[in-house]
Amino acid sequence: MELKEFIENFVALFDETDASEIQANTAFKELDEWSSLIALGVIAMADEEYDVTLKGDDIRNSNTVEDLFNLIKSKK
Amino acid sequence: MNYNPFSLAGKMVFVTGASSGIGRQTAIECSKLGAKVIITARNEERLQETYNNLQGDGHSMVLADLTTSEGLDNIVSVVSELDGIVLCAGRAMTSPFQFNTREKYDDVFNVNFFSPVELLRLLVKKKKIAKGGSVVFVSSVGGVLGFTLGNSIYGASKAAINSTMKFCARELAPKKIRVNSVNPGMVNTPLIKGGTISAEQHQADMERYPLKRYGEPEDIAHGIVYLLSDASSWVTGHSLVIDGGITI
Ligand SMILES: NC(=O)c1ccc[n+]([C@@H]2O[C@H](COP(=O)([O-])OP(=O)(O)OC[C@H]3O[C@@H](n4cnc5c(N)ncnc54)[C@H](OP(=O)(O)O)[C@@H]3O)[C@@H](O)[C@H]2O)c1
Repeated sequence: MELKEFIENFVALFDETDASEIQANTAFKELDEWSSLIALGVIAMADEEYDVTLKGDDIRNSNTVEDLFNLIKSKK
Repeated sequence: MNYNPFSLAGKMVFVTGASSGIGRQTAIECSKLGAKVIITARNEERLQETYNNLQGDGHSMVLADLTTSEGLDNIVSVVSELDGIVLCAGRAMTSPFQFNTREKYDDVFNVNFFSPVELLRLLVKKKKIAKGGSVVFVSSVGGVLGFTLGNSIYGASKAAINSTMKFCARELAPKKIRVNSVNPGMVNTPLIKGGTISAEQHQADMERYPLKRYGEPEDIAHGIVYLLSDASSWVTGHSLVIDGGITI
């Protein structure tokens, strides 16, 4: 599992946010477009792409995109 | 004073999804109101726990996976003369639309839609339902009156149940069988815990309810009891919304 590829999958959940605004160290919940629906999208993407089940609390406890990446990697 | 129009004394009531949550509480309430109860689910330990909490005697339990034809056949072979049928087994799914593959739809529809519908069909065809019998589908406000983000598969399965409920109400009326649904809002059961929605989000969601809380399994069981009892003899094709006012 690659960080670069994960970021691409993460970016694909957004429509209004430019890819350049989303980096490994981006605090994703501070993005203007972040929403509860995108949070559900992160959970569904982790399941579809990595076969990892995330919970609502996992999203709540993560700050940066890399935090999410590491969490998913640790659950694989 | 013994007057109680909601009594289930002398009735045989069959409950699916009885190993947990709403189904478990419904089975227990029915037994307290005098019914003999037949309960079913897959998990033996949890189903046994429900069984141990039933009041009175003459109850029985059947282990079955409702998504398999063996499970359904097994149930149909052991029940007879049912006065009440509560189709409660179900599962949740939260997933945004663009991730909703056919596989996810199948997983949810198999449990929430096809299994109760096929079970009811077999019970009707094999004449296992007594005259004056009452069928209660446990549907939801989701997909029928409320459209929460990420809930489209689950909601569609419940909307399909509500539609089927009304067709059955008309088609089974000549047999004097009544068919209704209860449509709960969010209820505190394992179904809503530890999933995609965090406890914090649930707390915020609860505040949106006019009655400022989620339902308890008893709140739904009591509505089901009404639909099973003779108090609702003239009620068929009805969706009883029990939701703390969230869909007002
Ligand atoms: N809780 C809510 O907020 C809420 C709101 C509206 C509607 N509802 C509906 O209420 C019903 C009951 O939900 P609940 O909250 O009580 O959920 P729950 O506590 O998770 O109970 C679900 C029940 O369904 C049974 N079940 C699931 N898959 C099955 C299968 N393949 N074969 C046989 N049994 C199966 C489970 O038994 P085993 O695992 O032992 O098989 C369990 O007894 C569901 O139809 C749900 O959609 C719930």
